[in-house]
Amino acid sequence: MKTNYVMLHTITRIVALIVLSFSVYLFFAGHYTPGGGFIGGLMFACGLLLLYLSFDLNKITTVLPIDFEKVIAIGLLIGIGTGLNSLLFGDPFLTMYFDYYDVWLLGEVGLTTTTPFAIAIFLVVVGVALLTILTIAGDEA
Amino acid sequence: MELLMIILIGIIFSVSTYLMLTNSLLRVIFGIVMLSHGAHLLLLTLSGFNDGAPPLLGEEASVYMDPLPQALILTAIVISFGVTAFLLVLGYRTYRAHETDKMDQLRGNADE
Amino acid sequence: MNNLLLVPVVAPFLIGTILILFKNHHRTQRVISAVTAIIMLVFAFYITYEVYVNGIQTVELGTWVPPFGIVLVADLFASLMVILSSIVGVVCLFFAFQTISPEREKFFFYPFYMFLLAGVHGAFLTGDLFNLFVFFEVMLIASYILIVHGGTKYQLRESFKYVVINVFASIFFIVGIAYIYGITGTLNMAQIAERVGELEQTGVLNAIAVLFLLVFGMKGALFPLYFWLPNSYFGPPSAIAALFGGLLTKVGIYAIIRTFTLIFTHDPGFTHNLILFLAGGTMFFGVLGAVAQFDFKRILSYHIISQVGYMALGLGLYSQLAIAGAIYYIAHHIIVKPALFLFCGATEKITGTTDLKKMSGLLKTYPVLGWLFLVTAISLAGIPPLSGFFSKFALILDGIDQGRYFIVFISLLVGILTLFSMMKIFIYVFWGEESLKGEQRRQPLMPLLMPILPLVALTVILGFGAEPIFSFSMDVANELLEPANYINAVLKE
Repeated sequence: MKTNYVMLHTITRIVALIVLSFSVYLFFAGHYTPGGGFIGGLMFACGLLLLYLSFDLNKITTVLPIDFEKVIAIGLLIGIGTGLNSLLFGDPFLTMYFDYYDVWLLGEVGLTTTTPFAIAIFLVVVGVALLTILTIAGDEA
Repeated sequence: MELLMIILIGIIFSVSTYLMLTNSLLRVIFGIVMLSHGAHLLLLTLSGFNDGAPPLLGEEASVYMDPLPQALILTAIVISFGVTAFLLVLGYRTYRAHETDKMDQLRGNADE
Repeated sequence: MNNLLLVPVVAPFLIGTILILFKNHHRTQRVISAVTAIIMLVFAFYITYEVYVNGIQTVELGTWVPPFGIVLVADLFASLMVILSSIVGVVCLFFAFQTISPEREKFFFYPFYMFLLAGVHGAFLTGDLFNLFVFFEVMLIASYILIVHGGTKYQLRESFKYVVINVFASIFFIVGIAYIYGITGTLNMAQIAERVGELEQTGVLNAIAVLFLLVFGMKGALFPLYFWLPNSYFGPPSAIAALFGGLLTKVGIYAIIRTFTLIFTHDPGFTHNLILFLAGGTMFFGVLGAVAQFDFKRILSYHIISQVGYMALGLGLYSQLAIAGAIYYIAHHIIVKPALFLFCGATEKITGTTDLKKMSGLLKTYPVLGWLFLVTAISLAGIPPLSGFFSKFALILDGIDQGRYFIVFISLLVGILTLFSMMKIFIYVFWGEESLKGEQRRQPLMPLLMPILPLVALTVILGFGAEPIFSFSMDVANELLEPANYINAVLKE
């Protein structure tokens, strides 16, 4: 029997959008205030999970054809890469660089090499969380 | 506060010991998760509570919080997050392969 | 500051990550991982040379000066361990190329192999207690995946126990770290060592020392806590079992030796005697387990336990000669044990079983395999002039010097029982009526033997070249017994 979850689908569309955008906010807030790559990544994974739960697994997989194994790999590569770039300047591994730049339209922005590292954590957390859950969910009992 | 935390940690440890000694595979995993929470709280407690300003933001305050335990706990939480995820999948696969979640049936044969 | 130390830690991690992207290209994965493993071995030798010439090398991650930041430290002991683990890494990798089935290869075998090496090297090189925990976890999580790799029914069941035991130990590692941080306020091992010296609270420190002994003893399979090892090492294919048997327990032993020569030196009368007691139990009960078994892989797994006991014995005696003997023994063990596991893998590939009672008479068809096995096996048992003899000789000599006759007696008894069970394997597998049929007689042997040969050669070299190698071990032991050098090198005082 095919059931039509109108309420669930409508609410999910709105809530998922809020959750996903809040996760991005948390990610950027992380440098000085509570938040960061790990929390943001978990929240982002929750948002995506909400979509997977309310719609069908196969349907979301066709809309978002993401290979989460690759997401983890790319995240790890970015993370190691930000550590390694300090070797180019002759500093030890993982040295952090920080400076203020004038960016078009945004004015003065503080840019730091921890941001790519946080992106790396974000990607790895999203990848690991969803890969774990989808591995069990995709297993037809 | 310290005393309260120590008692709490004791309760968490005993609950997790109970869970780990039960016969169910899933409860063993829950026991492990509880135990790791207890250990993280212990790390927080033993490094000492004191009221103070957040470190590294200004130089006015007379007392600063020690940020290191929190960083360590975050790292430990991330690790236990990964391990728990792995354990759940492993437990699920074991359950599917053996069609039981009773630990005494997963004991193995004597002649193996 | 010496960024060279990062190579053994970061290179396998980076390469492992890249290998994830080549999921379906087995040949590419093999080539990349083989090249990385060999390059790592070269760098390991170079780092040791550098340490030997210029003294202890350090690198402060992120330019945070110790004790505030994480520091990687390479002293002679650590760099020697990195060399040994790189050798085993290369050899087991090449053996895996021959024996791992394509279905297993498909599921990220090589990436996790690399992550395991990264974790092991990190645990050897780190100078920070919490970082040691992190690298332990990197290593253990990779090992969880490799030990269940293939997902047979047996593996799933035993791996679950293996994982639970190890996670349990890791959580107690955090508890130990909490205690150490609570009383010393630092996690840098050099600074902990400095502050422990000033603390004069023997009771508290003893409690923490025992907690750490429990944690590392669980990972290194010491006496009451070894029960998880034989069953879980039986499951995975021989290439993995060889890598685990050679490396994983030794990381636990390394951590024990590091912490009990650097940090917990306040009351050797209690802590090191306790280690001595555990060493005796480990040796004796491990070898008794081996004697009772009739399975190639299980006998070898039980022997890991009994040999871990010898290493702990060296630390428990706590003199330069004994620690040098223990270090020599670790080197000998890391080379011989994987070789034996690989011989087990080779016979398994030929006969299709590891049960001793189901095979016999391999010597007629595969004489080279048989005699090479014999050489390695008697080296394990400690027959001169092979490497096993000199390490045990140093330990026993020092034991007699110190008047600890009982432990010397146990270790000699264990040596005899080891010889007995090695001979049991040799007689069952290689002597007697030939049991091989048809296809089994014509297995190509050379590809299987090629990775093992260097290990067999090394055990002979370690035996015949004992003089220079033993004097190197004495240097290492001397460095371990002088923690002031380590502290000064890290804290730059």
